[in-house]
Amino acid sequence: MPRHQRLSIAVGRIVLVGAAAILAGAPFFLGAGDLTVLTEFLCLLVLAWMWNLLAGYADIVTVGQHAFVGVGAYTFYGTVVLLGVDPYLAFAAAALMALVIALPAMMIVFRLRAAYLAVGTWVVAEVLMLIAGKLPNFGFGSGVSLPVRVAREFGARPDERFATIYWLAFALAAATFASTYFLLRSRIGLGLTAMRDNEEAAGAMGINLVRARVICFLWTAPFLGLAGAIITLQKLRISPPASFSIIDWTVFVIFNVVIGGIGSLEGPILGTALFFILREYLAQLGTWHLIILGTLSIVIILIEPRGLWGLLRRVLGGDLIPVSHGARPGFGITRKS
Amino acid sequence: MIERSTILEITGLTKRFGGLSVINGLDITVGRQEILGIIGPNGAGKTTLFNLVAGVLQPTAGTIRYEGREIGGLRAWDRCRLGIGRTYQIPKPFSHMSVFENVLTAAVHGAGKSIRAAREQAETMLELTGLAADHAQPAGQLTLLDLKRLELCRALAVEPRLLLLDEIAGGLTDAEVDTLLGIIQRVHEKGTAIVWIEHVIRALRRLCHRIAVLHEGAFVTIGEPETVLADAHVKTIYLGE
Repeated sequence: MPRHQRLSIAVGRIVLVGAAAILAGAPFFLGAGDLTVLTEFLCLLVLAWMWNLLAGYADIVTVGQHAFVGVGAYTFYGTVVLLGVDPYLAFAAAALMALVIALPAMMIVFRLRAAYLAVGTWVVAEVLMLIAGKLPNFGFGSGVSLPVRVAREFGARPDERFATIYWLAFALAAATFASTYFLLRSRIGLGLTAMRDNEEAAGAMGINLVRARVICFLWTAPFLGLAGAIITLQKLRISPPASFSIIDWTVFVIFNVVIGGIGSLEGPILGTALFFILREYLAQLGTWHLIILGTLSIVIILIEPRGLWGLLRRVLGGDLIPVSHGARPGFGITRKS
Repeated sequence: MIERSTILEITGLTKRFGGLSVINGLDITVGRQEILGIIGPNGAGKTTLFNLVAGVLQPTAGTIRYEGREIGGLRAWDRCRLGIGRTYQIPKPFSHMSVFENVLTAAVHGAGKSIRAAREQAETMLELTGLAADHAQPAGQLTLLDLKRLELCRALAVEPRLLLLDEIAGGLTDAEVDTLLGIIQRVHEKGTAIVWIEHVIRALRRLCHRIAVLHEGAFVTIGEPETVLADAHVKTIYLGE
């Protein structure tokens, strides 16, 4: 690798680590307003990584990801408010319930392929939302707010509360990143990456495509459920249209991954960050903000199917987050055939 | 005899796509120590036959027995794990992975090795197929010759007992074909049975024990290379003479 590329990759990594360090310490120097935005950013980043794992690697193009966010939100509310369980245990319940719901959802969805699968995931999500609207203790179709006593468990004053919720979101994002990184580095990840590039050849090389898809689908569910719980805690309210919002938890996420770069760990970071920057600056434009976002994603896809990260990676000449495997140092250098 | 020395036994194999019959009641047995060449005009069903044996396609009728076991209902990855390796006529690399990772993946999933053990296997295979110097390149950037090498390298990394080669020598120069023949010879000597679809007759003549001629979805002639290639009927079918 040429020297300037090694240098630019090093710079890129420093930027990435620096950004992570700033995020880790954000509550020490940012106010409640900024923390709220960053909490949302981290939750959306988690959703983006998970959608990317499914659509970018396992070829499960889901448009029903919001189902598990909603399930997480409702489970969190149910366990903490209705059952009176410790809020931190309620997070575990949200993750577990998302996983439990993912099992039957998978049985339905995996009978379908490609576009049919996408529609199938959507239908499953809509059905779950409609069921949520029929639940008597959850405020039916209009939803219900979290009691103040629950919010107080995360900090007596609002400032403390925002900081705690932010750190929860940060912990979730860090855990999502670390575990997905190790998944991609494992033998399963090797198979997933091969599937991403050529499914038929991956099957012929011994990769069990069905098992890989099942692992991915079940892998994402608990993380989505946890994100749903944290979002609920931040918004202090559950309701079918908001907790199961296809626009917020699926459509924007798809935009972000596609713009940032599908099939990589860096792409979702880039895309989600860009989404928030655009939102901050373009929000006053109203609907135009979304039109610009949509146009941008189409333009980027036409130029580079692997998004902004695909473009940037060509300039840098390598990954910032290396999930790839190399031969032993010096291999192949002496023997040029 | 069939129990011990046969690796592949196909009987009455038929594949129809709608009304079009591509493979028509095909029979063949391949020995454990054998290199079987398959020739035939375009559209004879050669690649379809490989897809049926490798598990990409399910047969309409007939049986495929591999090492005495019916494999017609198994998925492609299970057949690979049982020791059936294949190359593609039109290379299907994992384009965004490095050459090394392409081979590593095959060694991990096809041969069922740990990543650590597969590393060594991958390096050995890269050296055998002459790709060692290109190991760090993205596979999508390889030349056609190197893509063909990678096809072979990946198929070998799954440690096949039956290797299906689909026009691996097509488009290579004479010198490159000679190198390839050397590699295939070495693979065969390690105890791998090979079924080889090829248009480069010179290559088949050098290594194959038998050559089978596929025509309209069935074998019309099977025999020793010289006999088959001298056959007037074969010349009519294959060369249109």
